[in-house]
Order: sequence, then structure tokens, then C-alpha cells
Amino acid sequence: MSEPVNGARHSNASPILEVRDLVVHHGQLRALSGISLQVFPGEVYAIIGANGAGKSTLLRTIAGLHHPTGGSIVYDGKDVTGLRPEKRATAGIGMVPEGRRLFPSLTLEENLKVGATFARKGPWTFDRVYEMFPWMKDRREQRTAQMSGGEQQSVAIGRALVANPRVLMLDELSLGLAPVIVQRIYGMLPQILESGVTVLLVEQDVSQALRVATHLQCLLEGHTTLEGRPADVTAEQVEAAYFGMAGSAEAERALHASPDEGSES
Amino acid sequence: MAWVNAIIQGILTGGLYALFACGLSLMFGVMKVVNLAYGDLAVVAGYIGVGVIAATHMPFLWAIPIVVVIMAALGYVLQRTLLQAALRRGELITLIVTFGLSIVIENGLLQFFSANGKGLGVNQSFVTASFSIGSQITIAWLDVIIFALAVVVLLGLQYYLSSTKYGRLIRAVADDREAAQLSGADYRHVFGIAAAIAFGTVALAGMAYGTTTVLYPTTGTDTILLIAFATVVIGGLGSLWGTLLGGIVLGVAQQVGAQINISYELLAGYLIFLVVLIVRPQGLTARRIQS
Repeated sequence: MSEPVNGARHSNASPILEVRDLVVHHGQLRALSGISLQVFPGEVYAIIGANGAGKSTLLRTIAGLHHPTGGSIVYDGKDVTGLRPEKRATAGIGMVPEGRRLFPSLTLEENLKVGATFARKGPWTFDRVYEMFPWMKDRREQRTAQMSGGEQQSVAIGRALVANPRVLMLDELSLGLAPVIVQRIYGMLPQILESGVTVLLVEQDVSQALRVATHLQCLLEGHTTLEGRPADVTAEQVEAAYFGMAGSAEAERALHASPDEGSES
Repeated sequence: MAWVNAIIQGILTGGLYALFACGLSLMFGVMKVVNLAYGDLAVVAGYIGVGVIAATHMPFLWAIPIVVVIMAALGYVLQRTLLQAALRRGELITLIVTFGLSIVIENGLLQFFSANGKGLGVNQSFVTASFSIGSQITIAWLDVIIFALAVVVLLGLQYYLSSTKYGRLIRAVADDREAAQLSGADYRHVFGIAAAIAFGTVALAGMAYGTTTVLYPTTGTDTILLIAFATVVIGGLGSLWGTLLGGIVLGVAQQVGAQINISYELLAGYLIFLVVLIVRPQGLTARRIQS
């Protein structure tokens, strides 16, 4: 999935999503201090960083759930900074929010139906989602509150896909899930990319992000500390960017060990 | 037999109470608005009914859908303007705003229509028609019709919420507003639709009540709102069928109380209300609004 993708960045293709000097405050607290990024069609753009780096705030601001105090967001050549979240969603900016955020009193299928209510035209249908997650078909009448964390995450992805987004933002897919489940969920990524969806993801699990990303950006306390292709950055650079200092034991662990603190919820 | 009669009358009264309460329950379940102006809105619906009938001389039954549509439109507009503005400032603010709205409506009605009661002027034979079971039980057709109306309204609401596109969105927005936005739903519009439906049921409640009694500007708070609240609390907050159960429990308690001593009617209702609050504060059917 990687070769033609990296070409897009260096040819004269235009970005599908562009963030310019984004500043976001939570009350008095400055969560993002001038973040810029360009996402090109077909990329898997990964934003990494420690807790509180501003990753989720960045995605939520792109989705329209936070109002920036400065900067702009351009999608498909149009400034969407002032657009309401539901308008951005119907324009093709999809998001799987942190914590999955399914509708607990709705069944699996109803969750998908809500996702499809204002869908754009595109390749993603219920059947295609059921093809990707075969277990869903038999359990579509079940309420999602009774499902495991991994299953809920899959439903959240399905709900976002049936809207046929052009850019899909994935916020911390691995959160609270066992490593084997995380692997399985990230295993869906190639199918999503093949359908022409561009992916912008936020991930605390650096090794996971490095495995799937075609472009990487590291945030630290609301600033960009590193940006580039995974192949062009060294482990030491990532480490320094992630923690703001080099060589800590914690950084070593975050980079090289597979995540094992997550648990199936 | 007198006791059986009291219970039957109580059950039938429960239908009217469910009609009072289901809109209140829906608005709380979906947008967490505790609408203190709710009873006054039922009275407003009744007054609009009086006005429509006086102005057009149309039969009472024809006026009902017109009043429902007017109130539903009012509900949408009120939700998108005043109530949405209040919600943006916090759920508690809606309590203050609807309390203020209640005072404005009551005093507006007093100012423009005087303190005299208004009747809907329904044909007397329609109001007094009844049938008897045995020698001691006499049941008014009107009570049966209102009970049936309540059941039909609840069935309709249930169908709408469980099986239609906007019904599903109403439940989704009640669950998680932000997640619904990420799916492209403008929750303010969905709230507006929910409010329109709630106000539509208020209109039916006001018209139904207006056939059985005379409406005064203060009827809204001193009768309808109190009954609606008691019904919702007994039945379980946010549960549609709970409002019917709560209405029936309240109605039966009142009628049985009245059977003991006519002055115990209201007391018995509030005693049941207190008992439920103490023993089962979540209500008899604690469920969210769902299919």
C-alpha cells in the first residue's frame, strides 16, 4: 500500500486536508500552539505524542468539535474553519472518536444506520462493512453496550465508513484494547485505504503508528517536534521528539516493546 | 362494587395523565430539558382550540389536528430559539427559563383572556355519553376515548422512535450528541423535532382535558404540571410506557382515596408519589427512551 502513496507528497498533488498554524485553548490552557500539517490523498498520516500532547484536541478541532483561537483548516481546497461539525462530516471528514462513542441504547445495525443517514455516495455499504467484520451480521440486532471493546471499536469504524468519508480520522484506536485486538483492528487499514479513503490517525502507541504510517508527526505540549516519513526518521529522533529529551528508559520502552499494558474491556 | 368502579375510573384517568406526561418525559429523555412551562402550554393549546373553533366555527374534532400542528410548530421554534439558547448555557438554566416562560404565559393569559375559565364548548351529549356495566359501574365514553387516544399516542411515539430515520436520530442524539454530530446530524434540528412532537402531545393533552373541564390560566401549573411530574416520576423518567403505568397508578390512587373520603383524592395521589420516591426513586420502569 505504500509506494504510490509517498509519491503524492512530492508531486504537485494538492493536499486533501491542510491545517495552518492552529491554536486551540481549553479555557486558559493553551492546548495547541501553532500546529500545521498537510495530508495528501492516500496517505496514512500518523500523529503521535504522549498524553496531553494535544493529539486528540487536534483531531477534534479538525472535526469541528473545538473552536480554534487561531489558524485555519482547509479541506479539499475550501476553508472549513467556521463550518459546524455536522457539515464537515457530510462534506467527507469522518471520525472515529476516542472512546468509540457508540450509541449504547441503539443496536449495532441502528448505529450503522445513523452513520449512513447523511452519507455521501461511495463504496462503503452495510454489506461491505459486514464483509470486513463477518461477526457483525449475526449480531446486528444486539445492543452495542453488551459488546467487547474490540467489537465496539469495529462498530465505530463501520459507523464512520458507511458515511463514505474521504478523510477518516482515527482517534486512539488502541486505547483500552489488548495488543492482539489492536493488531486485528489495524489489519483492516489496507482495505480502508484501497477504497480510496485517506487516513489521519492519532496514536499513543508509537510502534503501532510507525508500522502503519506513511507520514509521521510528533506533538509535544501542543508543538510539533518532529515531522517526516517513518523511513527518514531515526528511533532516537522519535524518542527525543516524543519526550522532549533523549535516551530515557521510558522512551526506549515506548519505541521498542510491543504494548502490553492495554487490556480488553 | 364501588371499589371496582374506583379502580376502573382510576385506570381510565391514567390515560389522560399519560397524555399529560409523555411529552414532558420525551423532552427530558432527549434534551434533558425539565420544562416547567409544560402545563401552561397545554392550557395555551386549549385556548388556541377555543380560538380556532370560535373563529372558524369548525367542529371540535376538526380543530384538534390544527391545534396539534400549531403547537408542534411552536415547539420547534421555541426549542431552536429560547430553549437552545438556555441549553447552551447549561441544563439548569433551562429550568429557570421555562419557569419564567410559565409565569409569562400564565400572566399573558390572565391579561388577554381574563381569569374566567374557557370551555371548548364540546357538545354536551358527547361529554356525558356513557355506558353501564352492572348496576353500579358507569363509564363515560369520553374517558374511554381519551384513554384509547393515550394508548394510540404512545404506540405512535414508540413506532416513530424505533422505526423511522428521525426517531433513530432522536435516540442517537439522546445517547451522545457529539457522536451524532460526527455522523452528520445537526442535533439542534433533531432537538427541534423532538420538541415539536412533545408539543404535539401537549396539544392533544390540553384539548382532551379541555373537553372534560374548564381551563383557567392557572390550570397549567396548579393541575397539569403537577400531575405530569408525579406521573413521570412514578412511571420512571424517560420511559414512554412508564408514563401510562405511572398515570394509571396515580389515577387509581386518587380514585381509591376519593372512595374512602372525597377530600383524600389529591392526598392519596401525592402519598403514592412520595412512596415511589422513597421506595423506588428511579420509578416503576426505569428505562431510557428506546424501542
